Amino acid sequence: MFRLLLAAVLLAASPLMAQETVVVDLSQNRVEITATYSGSNIFVFGAVQRKAPLPEGIGPLDVAIVVEGPLETATVRKKEKKLGIWVNSEAVEVHEAPSFFTIATTRPLADILNEGDQRDYAIGLDYAVRPQGHAESGIEDFAAAVTRIRQEEGLYSQREGIVNLTDDTLFETDIALPANLVAGDYTARIYLIRDKNIVSDTAVSITVRKAGLEVWLYDLAHESPLVYGLLSLLVALVAGYGASEIFRRLKRG
Amino acid sequence: MQIYLPIAEVSVNLFVLLGLGGLVGMLSGIFGVGGGFLMTPVLIMIGIPPAVAVATEANQIVASSFSGVLAHLKRKTVDIKMGLILMLGGLVGATLGVQIFKFLKSIGQVELLVTLSYVVFLGLVGGMMFIESLNAIRRAGKTGAMPKKKKHSWIHGLPFKMRFRASGLYISVIPPLLVGVAVGILAAIMGVGGGFIMVPAMIYMLGMPTKVVVGTSLFQIIFVTAYTTLSHAMENFTVDAVLAVILLTGGVIGAQIGTRIGVGLKAEQLRILLAGMVLLMCGKLALDLLLMPSELYSIGAGGH
Repeated sequence: MFRLLLAAVLLAASPLMAQETVVVDLSQNRVEITATYSGSNIFVFGAVQRKAPLPEGIGPLDVAIVVEGPLETATVRKKEKKLGIWVNSEAVEVHEAPSFFTIATTRPLADILNEGDQRDYAIGLDYAVRPQGHAESGIEDFAAAVTRIRQEEGLYSQREGIVNLTDDTLFETDIALPANLVAGDYTARIYLIRDKNIVSDTAVSITVRKAGLEVWLYDLAHESPLVYGLLSLLVALVAGYGASEIFRRLKRG
Repeated sequence: MQIYLPIAEVSVNLFVLLGLGGLVGMLSGIFGVGGGFLMTPVLIMIGIPPAVAVATEANQIVASSFSGVLAHLKRKTVDIKMGLILMLGGLVGATLGVQIFKFLKSIGQVELLVTLSYVVFLGLVGGMMFIESLNAIRRAGKTGAMPKKKKHSWIHGLPFKMRFRASGLYISVIPPLLVGVAVGILAAIMGVGGGFIMVPAMIYMLGMPTKVVVGTSLFQIIFVTAYTTLSHAMENFTVDAVLAVILLTGGVIGAQIGTRIGVGLKAEQLRILLAGMVLLMCGKLALDLLLMPSELYSIGAGGH
């Protein structure tokens, strides 16, 4: 959460900070992945609080909303042609790759926010994956591959112009969560932007967890693998016996 | 209806899975093969992680072979003594196989190993079956049956001989043990029962009579795949019970339909159809290895 801390420090120095702050809420901050989970929507809505009238000639207000899954390390492999066939050869560990990343904005991102802030606050698909410091040669290619592959899988997205802003005060949007969601702690970051600069921000956390039979099976498989394995076998044997019995009776009948 | 698989961690359409189970079950009913060699690659194609596909398929084969062996036990077409020897070899092979699998998973080559094994074995078995059934069909046109040669090879010179009454054999235990080990390794790596290797090996290498071959093969497959399932569950955490149950349900229904269709077809026609299918699958997998993939990069699990 270093980034959020940094955001707070930088914003304290901003002269606009006292004038506009953002208040936000979500339709739900708990997503349960059950056996029949097939994706869901989170409705994000909020308002802009103003303590003083705005100065003359100030630019229009924009909103950017980033929802991000837990940061994890992804092992990315590159295929190469060896002895005539394509095999995995080079492997690079890409750190700080969120399992899920989506950004929703009021207008095209490039038009509303400066590039430095996009990078520093990870606002935008180009900065979703942020490989750490040490400039390993070609790591950018691997990081870009993570973004590309996850975008294809529907896990990363950038949707510009889908945040509705009413009277420069109220805003709302729907964030779609895909069916192949990974459990963990998610965050929704909301930024108010004017004149290509962030004027206020806030963050809300979303808990995504498996529920019901799913969590029971997953925990059992990882915590008591022997019991889980035996149980799987038992189910298989019962099913096999059941099948042969049922069809024996059907043939007779 | 979408269903979220707890171990594979993907959401898949329930009816697609049921249909797949049913289709593969139907084919296995028609041709009398386990169908694992068809199911595992298809599961990988629809987006199930290869490691989960292999381990889960092993679990499903336990069920289908158990169901099959019950019928064979009633007809007394199982050579239990031979089955136990094959099983012994199979357990050793499966242990090796799971370790190889685990090692290759850690260095990111599991996909390659699984695909390569499939290309090689599907190619070999499919090719052999195709040529053989072509010859059989040609022969059927002429009159007179082929005289069966009694082979007396180096196998009969090996020590540790044992009598297998149900098969009417008196041979060394070394070849069945070795066949068991080889099939065990394949079962663990490819997520197959290995029937498609085991059955020809029993007929051509061990010289077992055809009527006990399928029952005995199924008998030992239960133990080897049960052991493989447990090992994968404990070492790789990759058995998806929900996926297995869905595939099973479809498979059981499909197998019964398939058995009925199979009765109406001639053996040579069946075999040439099966050979064609095996070769098709082999060709598809080989192309994946040979053609430049559209995405050169892939994301594996976090390596620590």
